[in-house]
Amino acid sequence: MKLSCEVDVHHLTRVEGHGNINISIKNGVVKKAQWEVIETPRFFEAMLVGKHWENAPYICGRICGICSIGHTLASIRAVENAFGITPSTQTADLRLLLKHMETLQSHILHLYFLAAPDFLGVGSVLPLAKTHPEVVQRALRLKLLANDACDIIGGRRLHPTRTVVGGFTMLPEKGELEKIRQRLMASIPDLLASAELFKTFAIPDFSRETEFVSLKGEINYPFIGGGLVSTDGVVKKEHQYRAMTNEYCKKGFTSKLSKLSRPSFAVGALARLNNNFTMLHPTAREISKFLGLMPVNHNPYMSNVAQLVECVQVVLDSVQLIDILLGSPWQEARQPVKAKQGEGVGAVEVPRGILYHYYKFDKDGKVIKADCVIPTSQNHANILHDIEALANQYAKNGKKDREIELLAEMLVRAYDPCISCSVH
Amino acid sequence: MSPQLSYLGVPLARPKVGFFELSSCEGCQLQLLNNEATLLDFLNLVEIVNFREGMSERADTYDIAFVEGSVTRKDEIARLTAIRKNAKILVALGSCACFGGVNQLKNRFRDLDWVKKEVYGDFPIETMEVHPLKDFVQVDLEIFGCPIKKEEVERIVTDLVVGKAVHHPEYPVCMECKANENICLFELGEPCLGPITRAGCDSWCTSNRRGCWGCRGPAEGANFKQLEEIMHTYGFSSETILDRLECFGGFASFADAVRSPNKKTPARRKKS
Repeated sequence: MKLSCEVDVHHLTRVEGHGNINISIKNGVVKKAQWEVIETPRFFEAMLVGKHWENAPYICGRICGICSIGHTLASIRAVENAFGITPSTQTADLRLLLKHMETLQSHILHLYFLAAPDFLGVGSVLPLAKTHPEVVQRALRLKLLANDACDIIGGRRLHPTRTVVGGFTMLPEKGELEKIRQRLMASIPDLLASAELFKTFAIPDFSRETEFVSLKGEINYPFIGGGLVSTDGVVKKEHQYRAMTNEYCKKGFTSKLSKLSRPSFAVGALARLNNNFTMLHPTAREISKFLGLMPVNHNPYMSNVAQLVECVQVVLDSVQLIDILLGSPWQEARQPVKAKQGEGVGAVEVPRGILYHYYKFDKDGKVIKADCVIPTSQNHANILHDIEALANQYAKNGKKDREIELLAEMLVRAYDPCISCSVH
Repeated sequence: MSPQLSYLGVPLARPKVGFFELSSCEGCQLQLLNNEATLLDFLNLVEIVNFREGMSERADTYDIAFVEGSVTRKDEIARLTAIRKNAKILVALGSCACFGGVNQLKNRFRDLDWVKKEVYGDFPIETMEVHPLKDFVQVDLEIFGCPIKKEEVERIVTDLVVGKAVHHPEYPVCMECKANENICLFELGEPCLGPITRAGCDSWCTSNRRGCWGCRGPAEGANFKQLEEIMHTYGFSSETILDRLECFGGFASFADAVRSPNKKTPARRKKS
């Protein structure tokens, strides 16, 4: 039996950004099991210093090319909280709808384009266009729906144009929202087919107990603002986010890392679901059960399944939001903004987990201090510990190098890491 | 994957294409996947041999290299030089690659140590002044925008594949905005660089009532002095103008002129 293994993955593929995996096993003993983040930092928090408040969401949205809407909304929320602005119900509903469509877009991108190829034994989605055309067409249909909805509400699917402090620069046509509603209803069979597909995938049997951090829903499955919670029982308010993130630096890492009650914790779809399972729509809950996902689940590979359950959740909730929006005449798109001295935090559940933006403003509304804590940076330590545990679990059972390499790659991919975002 | 494509009766070779990223949000590459309706057609036109964000296979020979992002660390210069060596055509993809993009906002601070300390405290971290690709290698083609406009990229790639010359609009966003019958944003109280920014985005932001921030850089013959006058007439401060001019790096020389008004203003950009 082969009990030694060398895995050296330089610039892991099918993830956003640059990360390396190194595993070395000698005679059944793990010598090294590392996750390295070497992405170049861009220093967004420094860029903002001295800038007028209106720059913050515009610039910070550009931290990430996948969840630019989430960053923009977290940034706007932080500014509004600092200035004491409460968004109108209409604005809040439209923002949540926009957020849902980004979640759908990002989850579908990850599930079908980045994660599924591993389960189907191919290197990318490209060969699937030939072997599984119906799967690729379904993925494209769902992604197109989500992206079209982002265009209609946010003005643009990437780096949105209409989202501003105080509301929106303009509102969608009601007829367009009605069409999105019809397409959302028509997408439900596609989501059920996705669940059937993922049911056939062999999710690796691996589990490591950890702490899960997310927003805590009051009545609804949470996405924008509210209390912070962990499965180890830590409860904090939104403005106390630093007590939840405890950021620190580490050699070989250009991203900061986080810890809470244990050496690491996890954020993301699995964390949200573990903390808020009862608030899921009954159909989403059924699908979660169908796919064998019940809280609290400690298998990181199940994050894929949690994302799929959330796709169902956001589609069903979006239909309800559109019904509310279509049920009353449009109000003002935007409320006036008056800058004032102070600080504000915006916590938003973006596809990869909880995201915090914090700004401190002087009396002219200029940024004195900025802080952005990214979901993937909160996950890095957990990924690191998972890789160690994975290497230890497989060190003694003679798996081939390539098998361990693939398991480690799939593990990192399951977190759907957004590495350049985590470094920002 | 597909039947042989031809153009005007001439069979087309599917060029090998690689996508690469330096310091960036990787959004411009994602814009290509954001092309659901035309993605499969697009994939027929080229053979993608290197796309780390989307596929595991990698090859080091390619006809066209699309490089996203700007250079912000020394090792990126070596990566860029290697890509340049392997590629017949190197395309700068998006505003970060063309001008430095939002990343170059950190160049506002002369003291890089302060920048590092502000974000990482005393933890040592490596970075350098932000540069566009053209400061280190020959760039054959620039595709502007933050983000890039997918329709424009598809047109440009199609032109490259069929061997047509690639042209960018020389006129400003203002022309497209007028053609789209929008109310002028100045009338709505919104500052805008539309009159001096290069068109090609089909007035993406201004059609959504968001003023232009100049992500595509200056139009040919951009009349900055006139724009400055308009902005002041509508009551916008020099700071508001500067925020937009310095955001993506395309207007760097214009921004310098606003910062130090005593120096000579680049009133009209010479046609290149």
